[in-house]
Amino acid sequence: MPDLLAARSQMAVSLAFHIIFAVVGIGMPVLMVIAERRWQKTGDPIHLDLAKRWSKGTAILFAVGAVSGTVLSFELGLLWPGFMELAGGIIGMPFSLEGFAFFTEAIFLGIYLYGWDRISPRAHLWAGIAVAISGAASGIFVVTANSWMNSPAGFDLVGGRAVNIDPIAAMLNPMAFQQTVHMTLAAYAATGFAVGGIHAFLLLFDPTNAFHRRALTAALALGAPAAMLQPISGDLSARSVAARQPIKLAAMESHFETMAAAPLTIGGFPDPESGQTRYAIKIPYGLSLLAFHDPHAVVRGLQEFPREDWPNVPIVHAGFQVMVALGTYLALVSLWVAWIWLRRKDVVGSRWRLRAIALGAPMGFLAIEAGWTVTEVGRQPWIIQGVLRTADAVTPMPGLIVPFLLFTLLYCFLGVIVAWLLYRQIIRSPKSSEWSRVYVPGVARA
Amino acid sequence: MLPVPELDLADVLAAVLALSLNAYVLFAGADFGGGVWDLLASGPRRNRQREVIAHAIGPIWEANHVWLILAIVLTFSCFPPVYARLGTVLHIPLTLMLVGIVLRGSAFTFRTYDSQHDAAQRRWGRIFSSASVITPILLGVSIGAVASGRVGGDTQGSFVQRFVEPWLTLFGLSVGLLTLVLFAFLAAVFLTLESVDRELCEDFRRRALACGVVVFFASALVLLLSPQSAPLVRGGLMDSPWALPLHLLTAVAAISVLAALWSRRYRLARLAVALQVSLIFWGWAMAQYPFLLPPNFTIRNTAAPESTLRLTLIVLAIGGLILLPSLWYLFQVFKTTPADPAGLPAEKSAARNEPSSF
Repeated sequence: MPDLLAARSQMAVSLAFHIIFAVVGIGMPVLMVIAERRWQKTGDPIHLDLAKRWSKGTAILFAVGAVSGTVLSFELGLLWPGFMELAGGIIGMPFSLEGFAFFTEAIFLGIYLYGWDRISPRAHLWAGIAVAISGAASGIFVVTANSWMNSPAGFDLVGGRAVNIDPIAAMLNPMAFQQTVHMTLAAYAATGFAVGGIHAFLLLFDPTNAFHRRALTAALALGAPAAMLQPISGDLSARSVAARQPIKLAAMESHFETMAAAPLTIGGFPDPESGQTRYAIKIPYGLSLLAFHDPHAVVRGLQEFPREDWPNVPIVHAGFQVMVALGTYLALVSLWVAWIWLRRKDVVGSRWRLRAIALGAPMGFLAIEAGWTVTEVGRQPWIIQGVLRTADAVTPMPGLIVPFLLFTLLYCFLGVIVAWLLYRQIIRSPKSSEWSRVYVPGVARA
Repeated sequence: MLPVPELDLADVLAAVLALSLNAYVLFAGADFGGGVWDLLASGPRRNRQREVIAHAIGPIWEANHVWLILAIVLTFSCFPPVYARLGTVLHIPLTLMLVGIVLRGSAFTFRTYDSQHDAAQRRWGRIFSSASVITPILLGVSIGAVASGRVGGDTQGSFVQRFVEPWLTLFGLSVGLLTLVLFAFLAAVFLTLESVDRELCEDFRRRALACGVVVFFASALVLLLSPQSAPLVRGGLMDSPWALPLHLLTAVAAISVLAALWSRRYRLARLAVALQVSLIFWGWAMAQYPFLLPPNFTIRNTAAPESTLRLTLIVLAIGGLILLPSLWYLFQVFKTTPADPAGLPAEKSAARNEPSSF
């Protein structure tokens, strides 16, 4: 395995692993706060039980997220010293801000998890709110640093060195808004549907369980609105990619020839050699409409660009299709849920809806992985779009396959353990009979 | 007496960087040290010792850990070439240290939330405590490599010459040992305040006293090896105008720790040990000044442009306004009254899903 590929693979594994825990760190605190607030308002003990169970799950996931995030902050230098030497001074600021946000999150999560009987209920709820806010903030700061890699700003490159550095302009780079909105919504949608999906699945076997019903409602209150807003944010993102990274857009859409009134290519297998996409569905005018909101707009194709500047087209195209398909499914299920909620104030109701929600449980996270594949692989061969090539940023250290395998094994091990612990904590341990005697309005209709 | 150097922005940021590392050493160092005492738990109260340790670090270790992230972020924002060089030359020890950090944190959390059966508890406990031993050694080895001038020097030649010899030295290992022993010392002293149980306090007091003696020998070993291996830092520590006052103050702190432990004045011991460890840390940092990675990487020749430094300082000021009160609150909630895990109210154990016994 060449060292560059090993370094990229190690980074990919580290990011793909960490993003799950980072997303949970953004989404779960909101759910804990919703449940705790409902408990304080209604006195319903189920909500307290929910808040406590969810905070236990969050504790496990946050710890793994904290340590895997540390790995990433080191890996930037261990694997990409050339990148950090150029970029550190330009995009250090969002990382510093993220450092403080993460600090705040860790402090108040400690207080939240261990402070149930050490501080007042009001202070406890506020600690949860502080975790939720700082979790979202730290995600936003990190994503601005990534969006800078897609649309670098705030410096001039003179003889390979960055001058006239303006860290604020770098942080508020042209794609920062689109990417941070898209990722924050994704975090809420993925967490909401993962939690809601698990409880929907359990309700299929235990339809009267009040615990799962409350959990499902609270989780969808977070996940469904985010999933419904996500297509709008996706449109914003796609148009900014079309404007700033035309090669990435062309790869996402498997669009080889520059043309006006470009069709949208759905599915299929792109072949970069022949410039054809086999077995794809083509929707006339679709791509021009989506990318520029004009059916006759000219969309530049891959063939307009030198071959050495192309990303891996099949991977980027497939990643994009998967993300859009999964996101669309979640948005449609959310619309269904919202419609029923508006009419009947009850999301549980039919078994078909429960099945649809349960099916969505892994989809938000899969969509996030697919979406980050599009963002990162689609930017290749650049580590900073148009400024620095990934191959020029990699460490001179040989034998990088060793740390790649080491971290892959470590993360596989941790992934299995975390899944097992969560299964014990959240899925197996709530005794279903515990809350099933509680009267639940709406059960009779089920 | 002390010469007042011309401080500029880069110096201020280097000082903040050193301060956050100092905080990491004090707070996270004690957490790692807790892991060492978990490994070395012995005697009739060994399970309760482990309980006190778990109880002491549970709410705070993640927050304490962030000091390292802050130091890393400051390094790559303000001194990017230093960060690039560290990541290249120290690739191997830093990678291994990361594995240690990952295993320590996850195993500790898994132990808290996994089944309370002895087998599961022992398994996670063993990973947690051995990672707590290895990680500080690797941190110390990396610091020793920096101090010896092998990271900032010219590295040419074979794989071993470029990526192994800079850090795998007797001196580096001695600094690793000293780091481990200092962390264990910090933890033992802090743990005397973590339980209301007199016997447990005595356990940790005896450990702290013994460890204080080991600290002396480990420091002596590092000093003995330093003229050959780290001449620049050694020179700074011996010949600077601040050297004598620093050594005297460190000696006073060290003796105060032992005296306070002897007379069971644990709060005084906690203060003195924090001072002692900080003075040792600052001795290294000041002896290196103005180098970040001797002999080629200075604060000034690696600093990011003025605009970045100024903004970072503003971010630090604003962040500090949020961070310091929050940290104070965290320690206020958990560290003002010593806990007695054995006597926790039942409801509390249920709330935390804590083991009632390990």
